[in-house]
Amino acid sequence: MAEFDPPSALLGGVLIGVASAMLMLLNGRIAGITGIVSGVIANAVGDQPWRLAFIAGLIVAPIVSGLFVHPLPQPQMPGSWFVIVAAGLLVGFGARHGGGCTSGHGVCGIARLSARSMVATTVFIATAILVVAITCHA
Amino acid sequence: MFAISSFVCGLVFGFGLLISGMTQPAKVLGFLDILGRWDPTLAFVMAGAVAASGIGYAIARRQGHPVFGAQHLWPTRSDIDQQLVVGSIIFGTGWGLVGLCPGPALENLASLSPRVIAFVLAMLVGMIAQGFWQSRLSSIRVVKETPLASADG
Repeated sequence: MAEFDPPSALLGGVLIGVASAMLMLLNGRIAGITGIVSGVIANAVGDQPWRLAFIAGLIVAPIVSGLFVHPLPQPQMPGSWFVIVAAGLLVGFGARHGGGCTSGHGVCGIARLSARSMVATTVFIATAILVVAITCHA
Repeated sequence: MFAISSFVCGLVFGFGLLISGMTQPAKVLGFLDILGRWDPTLAFVMAGAVAASGIGYAIARRQGHPVFGAQHLWPTRSDIDQQLVVGSIIFGTGWGLVGLCPGPALENLASLSPRVIAFVLAMLVGMIAQGFWQSRLSSIRVVKETPLASADG
């Protein structure tokens, strides 16, 4: 795993922010992954193509990048298959239930100075820190 | 054009996650593990993302309408309710268990890792299940004439 590299972290973060800004400036939409995927699931008529296109861009990005400079590192995920499936269920249910995830609340919501998103972000980061403290140190 | 510009936004978003290292679940867990060898990367990523997004949004507020759309769809809710908190606790639990949230999970599908594919399928099942749960909740709430919940992002 790569060491902490502040310039890459900041540059990558700025790109995420630029993407979020572009989606609002060009299409007038919030770049929340949970909201985008939920819209596909909810089958909003006439609203599918841009959602699927955004998701496609997200998946194509590491393929394009891998051809040139920055290949996608093989994801290292701890835990059994049971933990992975349980975590996926919790992430999907919880993020939609709470109206957003790291992108929708953590980036877009905080950038809008939404108190609602600040509360959500604080709660999910604090919960995740607690879960890691228990699973790794208890 | 609407879908093409959206594809480009997804692409840039994906490059950002990749360059910042946030597609790697182990690195996200390194940030969440404050009792271990703490990795501050995620905080730097969020700071950069919020700053750039905030500038873009400030410009968008002065824009009559988006370049390829009729209007900006800003989230309208500002209330802090129980569902927001409960949902975020459930999401945070799953996120802390493996270090994957929806964006990096989808992007990691490109690795064709069976574990990522299993996670994403479970995540979609979770989202669909929430939809059913929500429609049940809403049908009860109709009696009380409470407005429907809408997604923030």
